[in-house]
Amino acid sequence: MNQIDNQPGSAGLVEKKYFTCAEPPHEQVLENGARLGPVTTAYETWGELSEKGDNAVLVTHAFSGDSHAAGYYPGESPEAKPGWWDSMIGPGKGLDTNKYFVICANILGGCMGSTGPSSINPATGKPYGLSFPMMTIGDMIETQKRLLDHLNIASLHSVIGGSVGGMQVLEWCVRYPDMVRSAIPVATTMRHSALAIAFNEVARQAIMADPRWNRGDYYDTAPPDLGLAIARMIGHVTYLSDEAMRRKFGRRLQNKADFSYGFDVDFQVESYLRYQGSKFVKRFDANSLLYITKASDYFDLVERNNSAYSLQSISGSRTKFLVISYSSDWLYPTYQAKELVQALKRAGQNVSFCEIEADCGHDAFLLPDERLGKLVGGFLDGTPRN
Amino acid sequence: MVPLETDDMRFDLRVISSKIEPGTRVLDLGCGNGDLLAWLEANKQVSGTGIEQDKEKAAHCIGRGLSVLQGDMIEEVDDYPDKSFDYVILSQTLQQVYEPARLLYSLSRIGRRFIVSFPNFSHYVIRMQLLLKGAAPKSEELPYSWYDSPNIRVITLKDFRKFSHDVGYRIVEEIAIITDYKSNQGRIINRLTNWRATYGIFIIEKQSTR
Repeated sequence: MNQIDNQPGSAGLVEKKYFTCAEPPHEQVLENGARLGPVTTAYETWGELSEKGDNAVLVTHAFSGDSHAAGYYPGESPEAKPGWWDSMIGPGKGLDTNKYFVICANILGGCMGSTGPSSINPATGKPYGLSFPMMTIGDMIETQKRLLDHLNIASLHSVIGGSVGGMQVLEWCVRYPDMVRSAIPVATTMRHSALAIAFNEVARQAIMADPRWNRGDYYDTAPPDLGLAIARMIGHVTYLSDEAMRRKFGRRLQNKADFSYGFDVDFQVESYLRYQGSKFVKRFDANSLLYITKASDYFDLVERNNSAYSLQSISGSRTKFLVISYSSDWLYPTYQAKELVQALKRAGQNVSFCEIEADCGHDAFLLPDERLGKLVGGFLDGTPRN
Repeated sequence: MVPLETDDMRFDLRVISSKIEPGTRVLDLGCGNGDLLAWLEANKQVSGTGIEQDKEKAAHCIGRGLSVLQGDMIEEVDDYPDKSFDYVILSQTLQQVYEPARLLYSLSRIGRRFIVSFPNFSHYVIRMQLLLKGAAPKSEELPYSWYDSPNIRVITLKDFRKFSHDVGYRIVEEIAIITDYKSNQGRIINRLTNWRATYGIFIIEKQSTR
């Protein structure tokens, strides 16, 4: 094998596909008892499913992510950015598409092709808006399960995801413990802390305070871009770290030598946040943010409404866990990852844990880092296929 | 004795691995790069878990397919239910532990047996240094000075025997070894062990309290 063959490669071209189920009167019954249907899930896949069907890996995305985890869409310009975890998915990468059939689906409640508050409610012919039922992380997993059934996938070699994606990983493990051979929750928590709920609440209030939000009914008018942009700015503060901000921006000024003594952008960090906010409103729906942040706030693996899906209930399952945290993550700090590890140990689960040293805060799991690829690749190789 | 197939492993680890029954659950504390666990999984089909403080070493272990927790062993052992393992291994670390009695108690709780190896501070070279030079002993195995040594506990084979007796641990087996610090070679000795052994290995079982 020559040098070039050893280089990890691009996942290449990928197409977004759609699967619709739960057509009325067979709606999906949500955790809160509400009925939702039809439910469409947008998804993408990489690699080939083996004949035995034993090489499927499900990637669960973070709250503002989508199904486009790697590669490029056909016809995209050469400058287009690849999927959000392109550094992890592809031939020879951590999730090696030569070995694994990788699937990523847009979550229920999202706005990137799956059914969410911006979808048309077939009963009214109008977007759901706030009439969309409140869904949970558990409901997201049930829609993903229907997708896997549709794809004839009876077992998962692994489920992997960061942040809200990590919550989905854990939810998979408690709902379908016999289906999941290994699980990799990254930069996540088994219950939202008051700090995480607080940031989410400020983000929600920013949207709801925007008059254009109009109680969620804005799809025929100008959307609440200002509120959504502020929500994203708050989000970005929590994704970075004190250290990363000092390194990236410090107190440096943006294109000027002195203060403006006004409320225009002076500092680089202000410019960065405004840019991130304005970029986000082009691709994300404000109501989706409200629903998904609430679902993550409700997430609690310790005290559950339905005790059938708890950590205790998986005692005896053979799922291998790899918990990963980042040293400078202050949204889901390492101590929360350790609480998860502790709970898994007490439940008698096979668990590995590693904190990765990085100064980029919560965002670190999305940045190219060969340490994550090596950890994950080796862990998946060490997970038996049966 | 089970033949030792690998020369790559430290001699005390080879002796320890020969004492592990096949198919058992093993916890290796301070597992380093995971050589012992990997060997035990490949050759004795054990279900192994390691704990390693060093992040890079822990990541290396996980990357080679081992179940390893990165963290402080004193804290990590507390989380396991009673008798979670058949063997808990603590090799060449006891002399660096601040609260050894507490740690050993935890090991006796979470393991059916635990195996501990440590440098023997009553080796004759060490005794002679203290006696003749009047200075804190240094050796090629233990090159530290009193002010920078991580080895804060001075343990001898005799001390450990007495400790085990006092707290009610049954010594299933005691193995004294002489090792060469430059290589992975060594041998087991049976006579004048407290004088001649560079390391001691104890296999311990908690006596059932009645």
